[in-house]
Amino acid sequence: MRGFFKKLKIGLEKTRSRLVGQLTETVTGRPQFDEELFEEIEEVLIASDCGVETAGLLAGRLREECSRRKTMQAAEVLEILKEQMVLVLAGDAPATTAHQPHVILFVGVNGTGKTTSIGKIGAQLKAQGKQVLFAAADTFRAAAREQLQIWAGRSGADIVTGADGSDPAAVAFDAVSAAITRGRDVVLIDTAGRLHTRHNLMEELKKISRAVGKAMPGAPHETLLVLDATTGQNGVAQAETFGAAVGLTGLVLTKLDGTAKGGIVLGIRHRFGVPVKWVGVGEKPDDLETFDPAEFVAALFQ
Amino acid sequence: MFGDLSDRLDGIFKTLRGQGKLSEGNVKDALKEVRRAFLEADVNYKVAKNFIAGVEEESLGEKVLSSVTPGQMVIKIVYDRLVQLLGGQSRDMAFNPRGITIWMMVGLQGSGKTTGCAKLALRHKRAGRKPLLVAADIYRPAAKDQLKILGKALDIPVFTTDDGPVKIATSAVAHAKENDYDLLILDTAGRLHIDDVLMDELKRMREAVKPTEIMFVADAMTGQDAVKSADEFNKALGIDGVMLTKTDGDARGGAALSILEVTGRPVKFVGTGEKSADLDVFHPSRMASRILGMGDVVSLVEKAQAAVDTKKAEELEQKLRKAQFTFEDFYDQLQQVKNMGSLESLLGMIPGVGKALKGLPIDDRALVRVEAMIQSMTPEERRNPSIINGSRRKRIALGSGNSIQDVNKLIKQFGEMQKMVKKLGKMGPKAFSGMKFPF
Repeated sequence: MRGFFKKLKIGLEKTRSRLVGQLTETVTGRPQFDEELFEEIEEVLIASDCGVETAGLLAGRLREECSRRKTMQAAEVLEILKEQMVLVLAGDAPATTAHQPHVILFVGVNGTGKTTSIGKIGAQLKAQGKQVLFAAADTFRAAAREQLQIWAGRSGADIVTGADGSDPAAVAFDAVSAAITRGRDVVLIDTAGRLHTRHNLMEELKKISRAVGKAMPGAPHETLLVLDATTGQNGVAQAETFGAAVGLTGLVLTKLDGTAKGGIVLGIRHRFGVPVKWVGVGEKPDDLETFDPAEFVAALFQ
Repeated sequence: MFGDLSDRLDGIFKTLRGQGKLSEGNVKDALKEVRRAFLEADVNYKVAKNFIAGVEEESLGEKVLSSVTPGQMVIKIVYDRLVQLLGGQSRDMAFNPRGITIWMMVGLQGSGKTTGCAKLALRHKRAGRKPLLVAADIYRPAAKDQLKILGKALDIPVFTTDDGPVKIATSAVAHAKENDYDLLILDTAGRLHIDDVLMDELKRMREAVKPTEIMFVADAMTGQDAVKSADEFNKALGIDGVMLTKTDGDARGGAALSILEVTGRPVKFVGTGEKSADLDVFHPSRMASRILGMGDVVSLVEKAQAAVDTKKAEELEQKLRKAQFTFEDFYDQLQQVKNMGSLESLLGMIPGVGKALKGLPIDDRALVRVEAMIQSMTPEERRNPSIINGSRRKRIALGSGNSIQDVNKLIKQFGEMQKMVKKLGKMGPKAFSGMKFPF
């Protein structure tokens, strides 16, 4: 976990320096907090993709807390904001793999990094001695199967595939059945990226989820929405629609090593209560780690 | 994609329109709402701030406040500035007049470069060019395979070697010269703008092949960070244009406004779907109309012109004149409507309709059902629907997988259509206004 903390810190370097830099600049040099200061803090939060509503909410809570504690010191104001952000994100159980096999379905819009995340998670579970099986249920995008096969080859995971254009639900069903027969520990199901506004594709996704439940009652045990950290307010709509279709148990936040701030997770957590489970902070297999809200915020405010 | 933004603005403008007189106060209130709508649409907060400041300054001028319809004037100012912000007019890609045109596609991971390459290649192959796709993404597993598969499906050759990206690019240029390709589209690996090593590699590629145009591929769903990444790519490489992808979702696309404002580079194309043909030229004025909920009739007419077969249309006109409209003609009409795109996207272009239908799932399969029923008829039945009796109806229902009620409905509505057609000669084109289509 310490390694992750360090990596996340490096990954978030740009994020942190920008966010905290701006906040510190905003807050310091002002002995008195005033209305303008809160508006500026709100603006900084909006610039991190927190969303107008969440930014307003955080700024409002901050305002209340500051007046309750009768503080106006820059350092304290920042500390309170930090607390408020942890409060929004806190209280998540870490990711578990309790079932045999434990089935995880990965969903999301196009290009967020579903296949890559599965490759990374698979490699890590494999390194922990788990028997992993990939289901290449993205039968739509050209070479999606090949991409997952390469990841499977690297980590030595099993893979169940179907022909291009074949029924993804059938691939998912076969994969889970195969995992049961072969006694595998974890099944990671890759699905084709789809815009949440495509009614038919969302119906297809529901079918995949149902098929998985038929192969193993109670499965999928987790349904993770893979979200690109550069995503703006549309992330809220994605979480809402995917959640309504297949019920989300968590988020995978990818590409956090850029300058994107991923503030949208605060908005999603606040609106739908869906927690972040994993964060991607680089290109290497171990650059994807389980998410700890306290560390996330701490790293953000280091 | 700008749907929600349109809705927000529509409400705001309604309030403005209702005002007989505008005061500084109610203009400011309205613009505050516009600012919020922009922020929620992912328009960069600085861009939003500048935009609002500009509109406010112009709106509070003497000309607007003293005009007869001040509300309309403000809306016009917002529209004009939006068109301006979106780049003014649509722009095509640049071609090399002496030799091979080279386009290089760059961008963050997952923005849609590979798919975008295939779409551009298809579009220009149809326009008579001889494109060569170049797979130079050596990092993402199976990225080369993806381009190869797309190229094969479109019958467009894909060039790649096992070398590094720079070498692949230079070899591709040599290969294109030898084999008379006139358009080379270079797919590069996705990378973060802060990754100095990979950004340097792009610079070396640019130096090696001197592309005619560098296209920045950006996801329409990007948030506030769009400004940062586009700006960095522009500073490092000097981009010439932007392709905005995944615009068929419900992202409000504010990132597009921000990228334009910050880089000064125009959006040239927008990706509008998953198929290789789903690429549209970006039209700032039409997009501004859509943002403000004014519809996009120009695009609709263009789509109709592209899809409708003129010869068949003339034949149909003859038949209509003679009142010989049959199920066969109706079937042809359906095919032409289908060629124009999904019903949802077509209806969205009609002013006012997009809003009225919001949230209702438009089922393209309704068309498929009508099609199936017509296909389940015998040629004789199609030409002469009056012979379709009870047992024929039952057969059509069974054959097409519909209920007898569905068949009854279709035949009844078709009968009404025929009546309308008959009246056409006497009443002129207005007869069509009351026509009900059976879907």
